[in-house]
Amino acid sequence: MDQANILVAGVGGQGTLLASDILAEVGMRAGLDSKKSDVLGLSVRGGSVLSHVRWGSSVASPVVKTGDMGYMLAFEPLEALRGTQLMRKTGTIVCNMQSISPISVSSGDAEYPAWQQVESTLREAVSSVRFLNATDLAVEIGSPKVTNVVLLGAFSALFSIDESIWEDVVLQRVPERFAELNRAAFQRGRAAILEGTE
Amino acid sequence: MRKALLSGNEAIARGAYEAGIQVATGYPGTPSSEILREIAAQYGAEIYAEWSTNEKVSMDAAAGAAYSGRRTLVTTKQVGMNVLADALLYTVYTGVEAGLVVVTSDDPGMFSSQNEQDNRWYARLAKIPMLEPQDSQEAKDYIIAGIELSERFDTPVLFRTGMRVSHSKTVVELGDRGASPEDVPPFVRNQQKYVCTAMWAKLRHPIVEQRIRDLAEYAETSPLNRIVWGDRSLGIITSGVTATYVREVFPNASVLTLGMTYPLPENKIRDFASQVERVLVIEELDPFLEEQIRAFGIEVTGKELFPPCDELLPDTLQAIGVENGMISADKTVQPVNKEMAGLPPRTPVLCAGCPHRSTYYWLAKMKMPVAGDIGCYNLGCLPPFNAQHTMGCMGASIGVLHGMSIAGMPERGVATIGDSTFFHSGIPALANMVHNQSVGVTIIMDNGTTAMTGHQDHPGTDWTLHSKTAPRVPIEPLVRALGVKQVRTVDAFDVAAVKAGLDEALAYDDGPAVLITEGPCVQVTRPPLTDYAVDSDTCIACGTCFRLGCPAIIKSTEVNEKTGKRKAAIDPNQCVGCDMCRQVCPVSAIHGPEEAAQ
Repeated sequence: MDQANILVAGVGGQGTLLASDILAEVGMRAGLDSKKSDVLGLSVRGGSVLSHVRWGSSVASPVVKTGDMGYMLAFEPLEALRGTQLMRKTGTIVCNMQSISPISVSSGDAEYPAWQQVESTLREAVSSVRFLNATDLAVEIGSPKVTNVVLLGAFSALFSIDESIWEDVVLQRVPERFAELNRAAFQRGRAAILEGTE
Repeated sequence: MRKALLSGNEAIARGAYEAGIQVATGYPGTPSSEILREIAAQYGAEIYAEWSTNEKVSMDAAAGAAYSGRRTLVTTKQVGMNVLADALLYTVYTGVEAGLVVVTSDDPGMFSSQNEQDNRWYARLAKIPMLEPQDSQEAKDYIIAGIELSERFDTPVLFRTGMRVSHSKTVVELGDRGASPEDVPPFVRNQQKYVCTAMWAKLRHPIVEQRIRDLAEYAETSPLNRIVWGDRSLGIITSGVTATYVREVFPNASVLTLGMTYPLPENKIRDFASQVERVLVIEELDPFLEEQIRAFGIEVTGKELFPPCDELLPDTLQAIGVENGMISADKTVQPVNKEMAGLPPRTPVLCAGCPHRSTYYWLAKMKMPVAGDIGCYNLGCLPPFNAQHTMGCMGASIGVLHGMSIAGMPERGVATIGDSTFFHSGIPALANMVHNQSVGVTIIMDNGTTAMTGHQDHPGTDWTLHSKTAPRVPIEPLVRALGVKQVRTVDAFDVAAVKAGLDEALAYDDGPAVLITEGPCVQVTRPPLTDYAVDSDTCIACGTCFRLGCPAIIKSTEVNEKTGKRKAAIDPNQCVGCDMCRQVCPVSAIHGPEEAAQ
């Protein structure tokens, strides 16, 4: 693995920014050049949040061109759908199945796409899609707050980067008293993809 | 060698540390806000950092610190520069005793701004140098270079980023803290330099003109401006983050990257242009470089191809390059899915538990004209409220309300302004209403923090960036001292009290009235989730609670059989129990935790 363009897609408040920070740091720790760019601003008040993360021997732009995204880590299915327009056809998506209704849906002005539509659109868009219910897994482990770390664990299984680098970077970024919870969350997500039990 | 992955803003803070900067001031604004936060958090022992009341105050304070011999940094967003400019422009004439760098974070693409102004023009207007980093490494290095230039040429230095440099993270090599004096010497009494009265300022102006000529000469050989030769058929002149896009989209071209975008190195540009067949100037927003280069008599292609609006992203460069035969089309990667039409939008909303909600609920119902301001409460302009009819810049609401009033508008008008914005620039406008005797209601929505930019302090809070305790400037006595006769403070979470306060203020016609709605920002108090619920049998699907625009109130699958309308439900993962929906429900269908337990 010498280069990757990764899209992290989710909703403000889901911990996507921490996830993209961790991904960028993992790239650097693996000896690669690494850059990331988040779209913030008003989006933090429950809007869509997108981050681009790039690993490579030498990365120029922090922003990835449309159609050049090889991977997507999606925290929310609707945001995964939105993100597909940036993806390479040969790309891989890891998608959390827990949906969060935007106000346009909860107010009854729009319909959230049916699960079948989500699944078929994502599978048509790229060559590999791995769904997992990271939120349920996180609740089983002890807290819905570690959903993002479950997802990172799952995502880590796609790469040959040493597992210890991932764990190190994740644990560095969380309060020490939650270290065990986060370690368990990371392992559960990683196992789900490696064992195909997602 | 120590390496770290830093955002541009974190790198600027690191640069301040390594450059021996000792004072940093600013007013929060996206995308610049993290610089001072980072300085206070990481380097607070070495660098005094403060959120000033507004950008002009921060610049005056910076001038005073730099006159006193402390290396100083100022941060602002692009529109804050308009507020700061009056103070910046006199420092152009005075120069400094110690280095002074002013960071402006521009917002091409308008992720969180009211315009897309290009602050490079300020360098030309002020006749001072402008540095523009392309990534975090340069952001750090250029702060150090900026301090050196400032002291060498006795000038304030401008430093510009955009959202992509400020918020992107790239790898940075870390250095050590530079030297800085422990004590400052007695204040320099150099009136001819530091008093800009006309007779002395006249003597300074030729010095300013000579200085910018000296800087232009420096630019010719400065390592900040550099050429990477490639294919000589195409030469590109660029700067900032755009340079990183250019490298990616035009990997074979010869590229002159300007780290110092004012003043320009005329001879270096002339030499570069003479060695390539065609010159492109690729710059985001205005033709700032292009017009100056054309004025040198050099033929270039610029804005006729590259649009002046929005970010100039790699996608755009790629499309333009292919369309004009500069790069081959086979390298473009076709998007899989051009249109995702029909996906429900995810627009930002006032948070569940936001204290501003009650005010916009009533303003939407009462339908009076509302002059708005800058802050989270600008979301009051969106559905379901649609209750804000003007919004321009920080502090504009009260002045605009005054104008509506003196114009003889047939309705009673309202201005909405937050606590931080009121301190920033609302106070002079309110004094103006008192003095010039106009009528109208100013609602000061006091949530106890500068919420939208990340919960910074302001004069109304009892803490600062530097200290856990601070004297508060209380808003109500301040408003009374300005001479406002009709003033009332109400609890923002008491929906009926907000209405009563509003009615009372609207009835007052002997000068301006002020209603202060007090309630802490929910992101600061972070109340736990609570189990409010809608009793579906009692709910008549009247839609009243939906008009609060709360993300926790959702459409139930149950309908009112007579009207066919969907009833309300509460999302337990979002509700924090602010109680407003229970208060507005006309049939008492919504219950809080205590009532549910009974």
